[in-house]
Amino acid sequence: MATEILMPALSPTMEEGTLAKWLVKEGDTVSSGDIMAEIETDKATMEFEAVDEGTIGKILVAEGSEGVKVNTAIAILLDEGESADDIATPAAAPEAAPAADAGNEAASSGGSEAPALAAPQTDTSPDWPEGTTLKQQTVREALRDGMAEEMRRDDSVFLMGEEVAEYQGAYKISQGMLDEFGAKRVIDTPITEHGFAGIATGAAFGGLRPIVEFMTFNFAMQAIDQIINSAAKTLYMSGGQMGAPMVFRGPNGAAARVGAQHSQDYAAWYMQIPGLKVAMPYSASDYKGLMKTAIRDPNPVIFLENEILYGRSFDVPELDDYAVPFGKARIWREGTDVTIVSFGIGMTYALEAADKLAEDGISAEVIDLRTLRPMDTGSILKSVMKTNRCVTVEEGWPQGSVGNYITSVIMQEAFDYLDAPVINCTGKDVPMPYAANLEKLALVTTEEVIAAVKKVTYS
Amino acid sequence: MAPRKSTKKPNVSADELKAYYRDMLLIRRFEEKAGQLYGMGLIGGFCHLYIGQEAVVVGLEAAAEEGDKRITSYRDHGHMLACGMDPNGVMAELTGREGGYSKGKGGSMHMFSKEKHFYGGHGIVAAQVPLGAGLAFSDKYKGNDRVTFTYFGDGAANQGQVYESYNMAELWMLPVVFVIENNQYAMGTSTKRSTMSPSYWERGAAYGIPGEEVDGMDVLAVKEAGQKAVAHCRAGKGPYILEIKTYRYRGHSMSDPAKYRTREEVQKMRDERDPIEQVRSLLLTGKHASEDDLKAIDKEIKDIVNESAEFAKTSPEPALDELWTDIYATEFPQEA
Repeated sequence: MATEILMPALSPTMEEGTLAKWLVKEGDTVSSGDIMAEIETDKATMEFEAVDEGTIGKILVAEGSEGVKVNTAIAILLDEGESADDIATPAAAPEAAPAADAGNEAASSGGSEAPALAAPQTDTSPDWPEGTTLKQQTVREALRDGMAEEMRRDDSVFLMGEEVAEYQGAYKISQGMLDEFGAKRVIDTPITEHGFAGIATGAAFGGLRPIVEFMTFNFAMQAIDQIINSAAKTLYMSGGQMGAPMVFRGPNGAAARVGAQHSQDYAAWYMQIPGLKVAMPYSASDYKGLMKTAIRDPNPVIFLENEILYGRSFDVPELDDYAVPFGKARIWREGTDVTIVSFGIGMTYALEAADKLAEDGISAEVIDLRTLRPMDTGSILKSVMKTNRCVTVEEGWPQGSVGNYITSVIMQEAFDYLDAPVINCTGKDVPMPYAANLEKLALVTTEEVIAAVKKVTYS
Repeated sequence: MAPRKSTKKPNVSADELKAYYRDMLLIRRFEEKAGQLYGMGLIGGFCHLYIGQEAVVVGLEAAAEEGDKRITSYRDHGHMLACGMDPNGVMAELTGREGGYSKGKGGSMHMFSKEKHFYGGHGIVAAQVPLGAGLAFSDKYKGNDRVTFTYFGDGAANQGQVYESYNMAELWMLPVVFVIENNQYAMGTSTKRSTMSPSYWERGAAYGIPGEEVDGMDVLAVKEAGQKAVAHCRAGKGPYILEIKTYRYRGHSMSDPAKYRTREEVQKMRDERDPIEQVRSLLLTGKHASEDDLKAIDKEIKDIVNESAEFAKTSPEPALDELWTDIYATEFPQEA
C-alpha cells in the first residue's frame, strides 16, 4: 500500500523547514537508509533518509519549497507492484509556500511564520525615529547582525564557544561569521565550559572584549564560578583597577521536549549578582540593539536568549548603528486596567493574554523589561500607579523569581496604589518533564495569565 | 628525572646574588610582620604566608621581562613584592585601609596591580589557571611576545579546570608558564594522600606540554628553569610547566595548627634547605659580600617593612561611600 513520506521534525524546535533538494526522483527505488532529500531546519541542513523500501511514486513538494510544515506529506512511496497511476491526488495539498520569493529570505520566512507569531503591530514607544525603514528579520539574524557590526567596529571583540565557527553555530547564530572574521576571531572551543569561560575572562582582564557563547545556559552551570567569582567581582576586589568587559550569551530556559537538564531559566539567578548586567530580550530589534550595547559595555553582561524565539520575525529598523540602552523597558501596549510585566519569551504569553483580555473589555498595559539588571522599575511603578494592578509573567521557577523581586519593589514603593495583590505567573515548581502534555503543564500559559488578570481586576 | 639544581658554579654576578638575597629577605620579613599584625588583630580573615617559598617568585621574576604578566592564588604577598609592588600598599590592603592596593576592598587574597601586570590574588583554588591562560591568550591575540606566569599549588593541581586549561593552552599555543608551587601540603593533606601520580609536571605530557621539576629552595635553579620556560613561550612554542618543589614553614593560614606534619620535619627543612641561607652562604663563601654588607641589607629591609606596617596602621579605613563604588565600570578599566 502506498505510504506518505512526511516532512520530518529534525530539531526539538523545528515547526517547518525548507525542502532544499530532492536526491531521488519519481520512479527511483529506495531502501532503508538511502538519503532522499536535504532539508534545511532552523538550525542546519540535514539529510533525510528513507525508513522503508519502495519506489518513489510521486513527489508532492518541489525542491526549493520553503516553510514546509512538519508532518506535511512530501512524497508518496509505492510498494512493490503498485504504480504511480494508482495514486489518488492526496486530499491534503502541501501548505508549502512557493519558492518564488526565495530571494528575500527574511521577508518570506517572516511571512510564513507571521500567523503563529502574534507579534503585535502596536509599538507605543519605538526606539527608532519616526519614518525609519523597517525590515522583517528573525531574532537569529538580528543577533548575528548585532555581533558582526560590533566586530567590524572593534578588533578586540571576538566570539568563542562550542561549534561557533566551522559548524556555523549550534543554533546557526554565528552563521557566516567565520568566513567574515576568520579563525582568529571566531573560535571553536573544546567542550570545556569552565575552562573557556575562565580563559575568556582572563582575556578580558588582558584588554580584549570576548563574546562567550554557551551552547545553552544550562551548560554554563559548569562555568558559573568563573562568571560570578572572577568576571563579576574583580572590578570591586581590585578597587576599580581591572574588570571583565565581556558578554556571556546563549539560549536560556525551556526549548521544546529536551527535559529537565536542558530547560532551566536562569534569569533570577544572574539577576541577583552585583557586578553583572543581565539582558533577556524578546523582539529581534532588541536582540540586535541590546547585543550591541552589551558588547560596548565595560562590564560582564549575561545575555539570555531563547531558542524558540530564534526563528521568529519582528520589525527591525534599518539604521547604521542601532543600539538599545540597558535599563529602559519597552511598553508594547498601553492599557488602563492592569499592568502585565514580562521579559524574554514570557512576552509571548503576556501579549497573547492582553489580546484576549481586550475582547473581554479588559485593557492591559504590557511592559517588556528587556534588561533585568539594571531593571527599569521606574516604568513598572509609573504604570502600576495608573492601573493599580500588576501581574508578572516568566517561565522560571516561582521561589525567588524575578516576579518576586518586582512584587517587593511595588510593595515598598507603590503599596498605596495597589487595589489587589500582585500575582506572579511562573513556571511550575518542578523539574521540566519530557512528556509533551506535562511539559506544557509545567510552563506558564496564556490562560494562567488571563486568570491572574481576572483575579486582580475582580472580573 | 631529578629536580633541576643550579649549575655548580653559577654564572651569576655578585650584584645579582645580593639582589636575590634582598628580595627574598623582604618577603620573609614582610610576612613575619604580617603574622605579627594578624596576632594584634590588625589583619583579619584569611592570611596565607609565603615564608619558606621565597625562592620561587624571586627566581622566576629574574626570568621575567617588562610587560610579562603574573597571576596567582590567595597565597600572594610574595608574588606582589617580587614583581615590585609597593610594600606599603600591600600591607595596607592586609589591614583593610584606604591606602591598600584595592582601597581595602580586596584583602589579603584579592590584590591587583595594573601597573605591575599583577592580575591577582584569587581566592577560589585553581580559578586563576584558566584566567592566566586567558591573559596569555590576550597577548597572543594582540601579537606581542609577552608571557604570563600562572602560579598554583599542588592542591589546585587536582582541579579539573587546570587540565581544561592545559588542553586549550597547548591547542592554541598560548604563551603561558604554568608554575606549580608544590609545597607538599594542600592545607592539611599531603600530596601522598591526594594523588597516586608520582609528579605533577608529567601530567602535562597528556596534552603535549613539556615541563620539568625544579628545586624550589634554590633560587638560581628556579631562575635557570624560568629562563628556559620563558624562552619556550616567547618562541611561540606554547605553554611550559614548572613543578617547583618548595616548602612552607608556616601553617596553611593563620589558624592552622599544622598537626599534619612534625615539628622536626619543618625544622630540618629550615636548617638544611632554607633558600635565603643558601644565598647568604654563597655570598659569604664566595666573598661577594661581607657580613657588614649583609647587615646593611638586613637593616634596609627592616626599615621598609617597619614603614609598611606603620603605613598600614595609620592609613585611614576606606570612606563609607566606597561600599558603593567599583561595582560597575563606566569606562573600560584596561586598555586593549
